[in-house]
Amino acid sequence: MKLFEFEAKRIIKELGFPVPRSVLLEKKDDPVRKMKEAGLKPPVVVKSQVLVAGRGKAGGIKMAKTWDDVVRLVEELFNKPIKGLFPRYLLIEEAIPHEKELYAAIIIDRSERKPVILASQYGGMDIEEIAREKPESIVRYHVDPFIGLRAFEARKIGRSIGLQGRLLNSFAAFLQVLYKVFEKYDADLVESNPLGVTGDKVIPLDARIIVDDNSLYRHKEFEKDIEVTGEYTEWEVKARRMGLAFVELDGDIGIIGNGAGLTMTTMDLVYLHGGKPANFLDIGGGASKDLVKKAVGFLMEHPRIKKIFMNIFGGITRGDEVARGIVAAIEELGLKKPLVVRLSGTNEEEGRSILEENGLTAYTDPVEAVKKVISL
Amino acid sequence: MAIIVDEKTRLIVQGITGREGSFHTKLMKEYGTKIVAGVTPGKGGQEVHGIPVYDSVEEAVKAHPEANTSIIFVPARFAADAVYEAIDAGIKTIVVITEGIPVHDALRFVNYAKSKGVTIIGPNCPGVISPGKAKVGIMPGHIFMPGNVGIVSRSGTLTYEIAYAMTKAGIGQTTAVGIGGDPVVGTSFVEALQMFEDDPETEAIVLVGEIGGDMEERAAKMIEEGKITKPAVAFIAGRTAPPGKRMGHAGAIIMMGTGTAEGKVKALESVGVKVARTPMEIPALLKEVLKK
Repeated sequence: MKLFEFEAKRIIKELGFPVPRSVLLEKKDDPVRKMKEAGLKPPVVVKSQVLVAGRGKAGGIKMAKTWDDVVRLVEELFNKPIKGLFPRYLLIEEAIPHEKELYAAIIIDRSERKPVILASQYGGMDIEEIAREKPESIVRYHVDPFIGLRAFEARKIGRSIGLQGRLLNSFAAFLQVLYKVFEKYDADLVESNPLGVTGDKVIPLDARIIVDDNSLYRHKEFEKDIEVTGEYTEWEVKARRMGLAFVELDGDIGIIGNGAGLTMTTMDLVYLHGGKPANFLDIGGGASKDLVKKAVGFLMEHPRIKKIFMNIFGGITRGDEVARGIVAAIEELGLKKPLVVRLSGTNEEEGRSILEENGLTAYTDPVEAVKKVISL
Repeated sequence: MAIIVDEKTRLIVQGITGREGSFHTKLMKEYGTKIVAGVTPGKGGQEVHGIPVYDSVEEAVKAHPEANTSIIFVPARFAADAVYEAIDAGIKTIVVITEGIPVHDALRFVNYAKSKGVTIIGPNCPGVISPGKAKVGIMPGHIFMPGNVGIVSRSGTLTYEIAYAMTKAGIGQTTAVGIGGDPVVGTSFVEALQMFEDDPETEAIVLVGEIGGDMEERAAKMIEEGKITKPAVAFIAGRTAPPGKRMGHAGAIIMMGTGTAEGKVKALESVGVKVARTPMEIPALLKEVLKK
């Protein structure tokens, strides 16, 4: 779950590091009054709160030098979609003159199985380019998850990106707060880019936090409408509401599999034989008749999907349960599109006879099944 | 021989009274796995499929000192605690089936296990099977058969597909390990590969990878460095999958171009590993490398 910039900054402030002063604006709010109440005056930065990457380059961040600018830019940004997404909130933030931009992040290093701090003296929009061209300018430091990030380690990281004196101490204090955020909020990622330098202090000019979805049960405060995240298409949002693991692609052959690896492989097989998968839909392990019915029905309704290929290898998933789900979906919606089923594994015989009684055949060989679906 | 589980495995099932725990206890027992005890806090004294249930792993181990392995079906919120409990009770091999464990929990218990010399498989994995010896997991037993090929896989059902194709072609397995699909797992590809390299019975290895992470690239590097001398073949799922969600700039920086199916296939092929285009090609590739 991605957090908004204003949420990320609020958290950093709560855990003890100053962030730029700001007000959060909804469409109904009067920006001038809100700013005055908060003691803010131009110049300020008006920032569209959307959860898409490349917001700055897409024109979602504007500098307002006068009160007139503020009114005009607030109006403009509320009505400007950023990569198709209208903001529900704008953040108006004091403009902070800064002489330098740093980069700081914490992420989990899957291979080392440890949190890793990334820091660089070259922050800003081109950080990924710098990582490619001058990889040595990005410092990586692994942390023991039981001990956490100690102050002397944070200073060591600061020194290794060329910081000194009081600025070094300010940076180290920031890193330690960032690490607290990482731990407390079960983050997959915490990042500040740019991290501004003003005099002998650092200040996070932008901040991102991604909370691990598996941990959301202990962070209920972040539950939000999945539509605002901008990560999902209309049909993906629909699918999520129904509890289906569905990713939309641009082909016309609907795919259902059990298990992510097998479902991806099914897509690969379709592609390999000249077809184009329309989606990824994983019914997971031990799917019930109802879930299968929902999945088949969902693809039957999807307008771009012309035919459906279902590839099931039963482990905990039972062939007869899957067959009953397919039959139920067809009884309710009719067989609107050609459906090819491959069924192997647990209870495949029972499954196959249920399908045959209802006029459907099931393949055992996935490659034969793929060739069939493509030929239709 | 085999790796991780074998005829010497004496198993404790944590979460044995739950729906999944109880169902798979029955199947593992039918397969021939020696299950000595089950654990569910608050349900000590009961029996599940003839197996005595205890309130804690400590009590289970006290009553059955031969216990050396645990399988965990405990719900995600309580799974980390179950892992620590097993480690502190002296269990040396722990298979975590549970899906949906917060990654920070896994990060901590995986590091704790390492410091105690404990092997963890998973989380979010189908488990481990050494055909004819023991099944500690949720895979259908009948699609495997004893033999000389090791399988290490990041995916459940895809492992079944490949194992089934091998079995039909008359190629059996020493052990099949599903290492799990979560970002942080206890035993990586590289570590499982090393175990197969060290197992005298294993003659060839099948790597089943998928997009994301850099485990396959690391495995290729190991082969290049000569640490793995046994022949290996591979299948990588997700050649046509769209790139996953980006994890900010940090994700891109840390991955540096690894993670795509193409990259993985290239890395493996460059060190002489034959990569199958479909799971069904695996038996033929294996026959080729086993002939040499």
